[in-house]
Amino acid sequence: MAVADISAGTLQEVQGRSLWADARHRFLRNKAAVTSLIIFCLIVAACFLAPHLGLRAPDDINWDLESWGPPNLELGYLLGTDANNRDLFVRTLYGGQVSLLVGFTATLVSLVIGVIWGATAGFIGGRIDGLMMRIVDILYSIPFIFFVIMLTVVFGRFITLIYIAIGAVSWLDMARIVRGQTLSIRRREFIEAAEASGVSKWRIITRHIIPNCLGPVVVYVTLTVPNVILTESFISFLGMGVQEPDSSWGTLVSEAAVVMEIAPWAIIGTGGILAVTLLCLNFIGDGMRDALDPKDR
Amino acid sequence: MLHYLMRRLGGAIPTLFIIIAGTFFLMRLAPGGPFARERKVPPEVEANLLKAYHLDEPLWQQFLRYLNGLLHGDFGPSFKYKDFSVAELIFGGFPVSLQLGAIAIFLALVIGLTLGIWAALRQNTSADYAAMSVSMVGIAVPNFVIAPILTLLIGMQLQLLPVGGWGHTSNYVLPVIALCLPQIAAIARLTRASMIEVLSSNFVRTARAKGLPARVTITRHAIRAAILPVVSYLGPAVANIITGSVVVEQIFSIPGIGRYFVQGSLNRDYTLVMGVTVFYGALIILCNLIADLLYGVLDPKVRYD
Repeated sequence: MAVADISAGTLQEVQGRSLWADARHRFLRNKAAVTSLIIFCLIVAACFLAPHLGLRAPDDINWDLESWGPPNLELGYLLGTDANNRDLFVRTLYGGQVSLLVGFTATLVSLVIGVIWGATAGFIGGRIDGLMMRIVDILYSIPFIFFVIMLTVVFGRFITLIYIAIGAVSWLDMARIVRGQTLSIRRREFIEAAEASGVSKWRIITRHIIPNCLGPVVVYVTLTVPNVILTESFISFLGMGVQEPDSSWGTLVSEAAVVMEIAPWAIIGTGGILAVTLLCLNFIGDGMRDALDPKDR
Repeated sequence: MLHYLMRRLGGAIPTLFIIIAGTFFLMRLAPGGPFARERKVPPEVEANLLKAYHLDEPLWQQFLRYLNGLLHGDFGPSFKYKDFSVAELIFGGFPVSLQLGAIAIFLALVIGLTLGIWAALRQNTSADYAAMSVSMVGIAVPNFVIAPILTLLIGMQLQLLPVGGWGHTSNYVLPVIALCLPQIAAIARLTRASMIEVLSSNFVRTARAKGLPARVTITRHAIRAAILPVVSYLGPAVANIITGSVVVEQIFSIPGIGRYFVQGSLNRDYTLVMGVTVFYGALIILCNLIADLLYGVLDPKVRYD
């Protein structure tokens, strides 16, 4: 067709597909990833829109029901009641707000630290690079979950502290990825070509280096979110994270685990919602990797 | 080799020092000392107590004393378990945790490698997709969800295994499963990816071209190369097993270090928490070192000089 156009003298610009359009196309063909994305969006929407869905309040106590009562569809208790006769399903949605917020905030913290650290090391290079990466190596060997727990023991259980602590411990991989990417891109021919044709340094960075770093970073961000949610739930499960009256998925699973003999639906319900969310995020991350990293296709 | 070993051990010292200093100074930042009680003790008694625990010395001197104690295996006294030192608690619980962790890591390696190689040899078949979907579940579902559900299903509904307690062989089964499932999944995915890459590499093609039977090509050439990423994952895997054991020991009431750590954290037993952190930090550094040495033995391209 292009030949015909040229011969007709109407030279049309060939519509190039950008990296992102290409990636989107590949992602949308991945059924597992797309399904996961839809389910995840539904879960996020349900959690954050819970106050507007006409559900009962999370602290609404129903004295007519027994504690840890079974699911009761007539009254709308999808997962039954918790220890204080509150609607467990509603509490799971509200707990999801905390868990998801921790996931997003801590990932953002790790993204900012990791990108700045990695890009600086990669750009400057030399001894400073060596030193910065040595620090990352040292931090790698530290059992961070123990440090996060220790922080909560020493400073009390502020939720903000947990956000920051988890974020501050998950930037190491990000720093390594960004540095590796920066280093390898800097030496590529197309950068040389751009330099040779007089493109400004700023434009090289914004037009070539950042977009090329972005792929792995986006992939890694999607895989960090479930890890962070998992870490927070882990700490909360042990009773060292979010405190009453707030709840997160970790505290809910932990409470349900204690009574699983009399109320098995509680652990299956709360644990199931947590597991489905984490599973979806992992599938989305995997799909992103396949879409953005053509090497592994 | 020896030179490399010395250099790596030298490199481990700053890491360990950061861990120790971090834990020590965090402990001192903690509001309320070990003897801050509701009822005020007479000042002379308090002074004597502080003196007995060397808390009246300058901070740097206390730090040196703590370091010196650690070198002699002394982690200080436990604040809550008055009759025990932290070292007694740690070394009392360690054999239990070690047994559990060692079985879990061994099973994770055997099953994970087998599953990964098996899936790689059937790349893009439904068997491969099934294996990888299952292992995705293993990675995504946290072990504190898996463990109670296992207990519920196998321990309570089917009454096949005990749900808690310690001492009998059957007590090991559920905790080990809960502990190693996520690692089986991670190792299987890692093995599959690297095996697929190796199978399309030049030396495997050469081996095939020479007419080696497929079985020999795979066992002698491909697996040896494909196993390398798994070896470098061993360090993190050990760290993950240790972290997992904290929650698994708590759920199954196993008297290991992890359980002491949780109890210590809830009881604000600072010295115990710090001691466990330092101990596990050292253990993880050691495991990383062993994994690196093993990597060198297996990979002919790595030379230690």
